[in-house]
Amino acid sequence: MIEFDAVDFTYPGGGQVLFDVRLQVPAGTTLALLGASGSGKTTLLHVLLGLLKPQGGRVLVDGVDIVPLSEKNLRPVRRRMGVVFQDGALFDSLTVGENVSFLIRESMRLPEEEIERRTLSQLDYVGLADTLDLMPDELSGGMRRRVAVARAMAAADPAIMVYDEPTSGLDPITADTICDLVRKVSEEKGLTSVIVTHRLRDAFKVADRIALFKEGRVHFFGDREELFALEDPYVQRFLA
Amino acid sequence: MLSLVGDHVKRGIYEIQVGAQLTAGSFRALFSGAPNRRDVIEQMDTLGAGSFGIVALTGLFAGMAMGLQFSVELGVYGAKGYLGRVVTVSIIRELGPVLTALMMAGRVCSGIASELGSMKIGRQVDALRVMGFDPVAKLVMPRMLAVFLMLPVLTLLADALAIVGGYGVGYVLAGIDTTTYWSAVDQGLTVENLTGGIVKPFVFAVVIGAVGCASGLLSSGGTRGVGRATTEAVVKASILILVSNFVVGYLVMKALGWA
Repeated sequence: MIEFDAVDFTYPGGGQVLFDVRLQVPAGTTLALLGASGSGKTTLLHVLLGLLKPQGGRVLVDGVDIVPLSEKNLRPVRRRMGVVFQDGALFDSLTVGENVSFLIRESMRLPEEEIERRTLSQLDYVGLADTLDLMPDELSGGMRRRVAVARAMAAADPAIMVYDEPTSGLDPITADTICDLVRKVSEEKGLTSVIVTHRLRDAFKVADRIALFKEGRVHFFGDREELFALEDPYVQRFLA
Repeated sequence: MLSLVGDHVKRGIYEIQVGAQLTAGSFRALFSGAPNRRDVIEQMDTLGAGSFGIVALTGLFAGMAMGLQFSVELGVYGAKGYLGRVVTVSIIRELGPVLTALMMAGRVCSGIASELGSMKIGRQVDALRVMGFDPVAKLVMPRMLAVFLMLPVLTLLADALAIVGGYGVGYVLAGIDTTTYWSAVDQGLTVENLTGGIVKPFVFAVVIGAVGCASGLLSSGGTRGVGRATTEAVVKASILILVSNFVVGYLVMKALGWA
């Protein structure tokens, strides 16, 4: 369970970006943060990851408020999260296999054969078992996102998956493949997921609930049917 | 205009603060857990062993140039026999550490800044953080430790080759015989002269590591920002090396009772 409780955030030297954000993501469900560029959705995601500290409010992950936690105390919370950044954020000096096995190798003392088995199994899950020895710059955008999903899941089975615009810059067919993968990961592993997107189609495809952001505020929070039923000009413009 | 200067000063102070924090964080990381040996060795190879060639050439030609200049000037006073001593003292106390550090600032500091800057812009540093790793322990400490261990070795290499270069020029062009040159070198190799030459590389290593890492991790503004951070890192490290060279040189001389 993830809960954002009255979260306010202002960038140092900038204007306020998030205003009194209140959202709940029950365990095992997927929330899509939808909105135009600059509406605050990625900032909220970074607040959830502890990369940014909000000036007000609480962010509860399984009942623990992560806002006051130090970087060190955040580590166990983060280890339970798998994160897929925009464009994957793969380590470009490591091969695909080394990227996927990075966390296993660094945090667990396992025999090399077991590390290789887990790595191949994760890559196979995302349909990229044959890319083990390739470098990230040899992959297409879609393949990089899929490797990032494999890397995010490779550790100790995360309970939460977080995706930052996983389909941005991709063609519609590849974007659909990524959405299918996000859905598959959430359903098969029973994970709680938060996905940031500005594409309505992606939100409908992967999410149980949608939060529509407008200028740092949650303009709408509900499911797809409720969104369609809303006769709000901003929502209608977004749906058009 | 004044506010622009003020902004630069503020930014400079902030960067020094970050550099100091990264240095302190690296020490903490080094002593709070076993450093990842593979990371450190990889960095020692990339940053240190990869610099052997340019440092060797720098030392050799600096020594040759000194041999050439001093052999003429000493010849005026009939003191060519002191060439080995003059080259040795100048190289060990000043030129060896400074030239090596400046070459490393150009090659290594820029490399660290661009690599960490690219990782930051590409969100790889954030990826590390959300995986539960401390970027200072994982990225900064191995680089700083590698520079700290390799710069003194490279300085010794440059010193040795500079003395050999001075000998080559002294022997071939100034007609100084081998025994005279190397006896003079031996006179210059005193504990007092070696002290400053050994202390300085460690100080310069901290400067190179801290400036490179801080510049990279503070870079912003896309690939252009990384380019700017890289250039600035070399300039800042070079200036700090020259400033700290004077300060350390003065302190060492004071400690030895020479100043």
